[in-house]
Amino acid sequence: MVNQALVKEFQRILGKEQVFLEETDRATYAYDAAVLEPVLPAIVLRPWSTDELGQVVRLCHENSLPLTVRGAGTNLSGGSIPGRGGAVVLTTALNQILEINEADLYAVVQPGVVTAKLAGAVEAKGLFYPPDPGSMAVSTLGGNVAENAGGLRGLKYGVTRDYVMGLTFFAASGETVKTGSRTVKCVSGYNLAALLVGSEGTLGVISEIILKLIPLPAARRSMMATFDAVSKASETVAAIIAQRIVPATLEFLDNFTIRTVEDYSRAGLPVDAAALLLIEVDGHPAVVAEEAEKVETICRKMGATQIHVARDPAERDRVWSARRSALPALAKLKPTCVLEDATVPRSKIPAMIQALEDISRRFHLPIGTFGHAGDGNLHPTILTDRRNQEEWARVEAAVDAIFEKALELGGTLSGEHGIGTAKSRFLEKEFGKGTILYSKRIKAAVDPHNILNPGKIIG
Amino acid sequence: MSSIKALARLVKELEDQLVVCMRCGLCQAVCPLFAETGREADVARGKLALLDGLAREIFENPRGVQDRLARCLLCGSCAANCPSGVKVLDIFIKARAILAGYLGLPPWKKALFRRVLSKPEFFNRVLAWGARFQGIFIKPVDDLLGSSCSRFLSPLLRGRHLKPLAPVPLHRQAPTLNTPPGAAGLKVAFFVGCLIDKVFPQVGEAVLKILDHHGVGVYLPQDQGCCGIPALSSGDTVAFERLLRHNLEIFGSVPFDHLLTACATCTSTIKKMWPLMGQEYGEAEQARIAALADKVLDISQFLADQVGLAPGGPEGVGDKVPITYHDPCHLKKSLDVAAQPRALIRANPRYELREMAEADWCCGCGGSFNLQHYEISAAIGRRKRDNVLNSGAAAVATGCPACMLQLTDMLSRAGARVIVKHTAEIYAETLPGPQEGYGSRPSDPGKIIGSKRWRRRSRD
Repeated sequence: MVNQALVKEFQRILGKEQVFLEETDRATYAYDAAVLEPVLPAIVLRPWSTDELGQVVRLCHENSLPLTVRGAGTNLSGGSIPGRGGAVVLTTALNQILEINEADLYAVVQPGVVTAKLAGAVEAKGLFYPPDPGSMAVSTLGGNVAENAGGLRGLKYGVTRDYVMGLTFFAASGETVKTGSRTVKCVSGYNLAALLVGSEGTLGVISEIILKLIPLPAARRSMMATFDAVSKASETVAAIIAQRIVPATLEFLDNFTIRTVEDYSRAGLPVDAAALLLIEVDGHPAVVAEEAEKVETICRKMGATQIHVARDPAERDRVWSARRSALPALAKLKPTCVLEDATVPRSKIPAMIQALEDISRRFHLPIGTFGHAGDGNLHPTILTDRRNQEEWARVEAAVDAIFEKALELGGTLSGEHGIGTAKSRFLEKEFGKGTILYSKRIKAAVDPHNILNPGKIIG
Repeated sequence: MSSIKALARLVKELEDQLVVCMRCGLCQAVCPLFAETGREADVARGKLALLDGLAREIFENPRGVQDRLARCLLCGSCAANCPSGVKVLDIFIKARAILAGYLGLPPWKKALFRRVLSKPEFFNRVLAWGARFQGIFIKPVDDLLGSSCSRFLSPLLRGRHLKPLAPVPLHRQAPTLNTPPGAAGLKVAFFVGCLIDKVFPQVGEAVLKILDHHGVGVYLPQDQGCCGIPALSSGDTVAFERLLRHNLEIFGSVPFDHLLTACATCTSTIKKMWPLMGQEYGEAEQARIAALADKVLDISQFLADQVGLAPGGPEGVGDKVPITYHDPCHLKKSLDVAAQPRALIRANPRYELREMAEADWCCGCGGSFNLQHYEISAAIGRRKRDNVLNSGAAAVATGCPACMLQLTDMLSRAGARVIVKHTAEIYAETLPGPQEGYGSRPSDPGKIIGSKRWRRRSRD
């Protein structure tokens, strides 16, 4: 409950300007990028320092006020939608890059730093922060850590988890917790960072992040391969990996997506193709040249009908604009666009794509599929209009069917978008009762008042 | 609460457009206002959510929504970068009209738009008096930029360094023109716009000099109206309609090939907002609006794409003047015009174009936004100012008089010795006739005029 006394306390800590009470302000923090009903928070708080953030957490704990931390609000599973009557705590003012250490290859950031800002800042020093979620132009690193965000480079470079060296966070009761360090090796204490990454704000409030950096690859080469059968495209993916080549990106577009992108951008894509693979290798120039050649040969051997290798940055940009346009092009077809991210083992991609085609037919819904073929993380995108109740019911059934299939193929509900509230009811199906119980015990132990983003992941 | 239902019904008419927003939040990356405030209500996604809430009747008092909707520069950066193609500006303009219709306009706005702005002849007379007496209130502060500031502590002018009203507006120097096509074989109607007419007549003079040089016939009618955007952005559709009809009358009666402006905002308003707001008019009127919208071109578009640029004059002696270019939002984001103005600058061999960082980041003016939210407007403007200064340029060119006002204010307040010019002025310097350029005194009306086909005339 937010009463007058509590409001005054928040105002004392943060200053009046940083406590949003008006309904019209609160209403703009009631949603995120997931297709879910908005929930109006009771209060929105914007701390400007780590100390203020800590005081806010403690006060919420003392008053049993649920709190949902929000960065850019780009979450795709409802993780940043607040609980009813709860508080939204904004990290947008905690946006300082505290350190970029070129000798020890790490960066220390506050949670509100925008992903692209860090990527740009380290690149200017010849360093590389690889995780590149689709929303990186606005998404915050705190959100990336809380969701264990992925991106296009997962296959070779991994995901956010692989770059978190250490964290400082506030426990629900407001104490400062530190985990990890600025060293490559660190086995001191429990690996709490691993617990926090992907915990979607349910176990602690992150205040500082130490992120691993790597040298920026000196060269890269991109190509686009066209296939007349989806199976040939996915066999090509397997063949490339079998040759011990790990491309930085290995993206897939299905025929529906190819046609939609072509209608949208007139880039000259092969509209008859069953699938496109967009491949980029990077690293030492000599290695890049050799690997690019090998990849080209493999594509040809596996039955690619056409291969286009980008010769200069402009051509490279054209290759990747097809991928960049996938979601915008699909999104323009219908008012509502449900972007899923069920993920299967790489070898199961043909089966998954076949299943998606069946689901599209069975529920009479257009589904465009594109995504990260290299790591089995596809993005079936259902195009619909959420105002049409009958159709919306079919969409929900289709999403259920996608989840079922992904699990049946040994995959997972979510590769990178998180569980949030959108998928929490399926979690037991993926992991079993014991897992949910164990997770709930951890949650209850560290957050006895259940104030940290309640209702997410484990319900 | 029946009336809030009525309001909800009106907002619901926007629903087909509102529903297109998928709340991805990517507008946060490009919104100049959000970059300063970090408040979701200041970015397009937040405002669209508020309108959605209004349609769902979740708010008891729509004034909160109206206030937040007014905090927007209408720069269109969000729309230009929206993955779903949400027609943000169309929605905001219509929503502002709906809310102003429901809540009423503030009396001063109503008086300004309906009694003054929408009566071009009267508006001209009022501002002529203003030009005569402005010296009582403001004093010159920067001779290079030609800016002035308040003589005394003024709550209205704050610390602004503003461009004074020109002593002789363009419509007094060249009241009417109607010349046949010359060598170019083209005839244009010149839509001057309020700011060029009254504050930057030298830009209008440069345009007329250019047209004369290229042998383009000009139709310049008397008593042109404002394009209507100040009224429309405040939601006053009554004053807007009056102006639109007035302009249809004036520009609809004479044949010409292109409707030309040197104001990014006027061009964009005629091209986009006139047809949008004309949707409820009769078929005949819609056709007339569409005809003008089809014909309207920015001066740089017209010169680079239709006429062909004159080969630049002699190289000249001495070092080239480093110049940078600011993309007006209403040229680049609204009309995709970015290459042509740069071509105009490159056509002048006395200058060397040096791109600034974030050349297409909004300058923060936003017309009436500057009047109502000066502190935020100035904060956005300082980012632009710093980019201009960091480019090392001695001059900054742009294609919109509103941007020129903001750039002048920001640079003058910083004491920067950087002049502000319209791209048409830079190009006009290359043409035969009196030279007016870097280092010369700004804004001495009647100086650039190199044509014998028109002369300064007084109607008094």
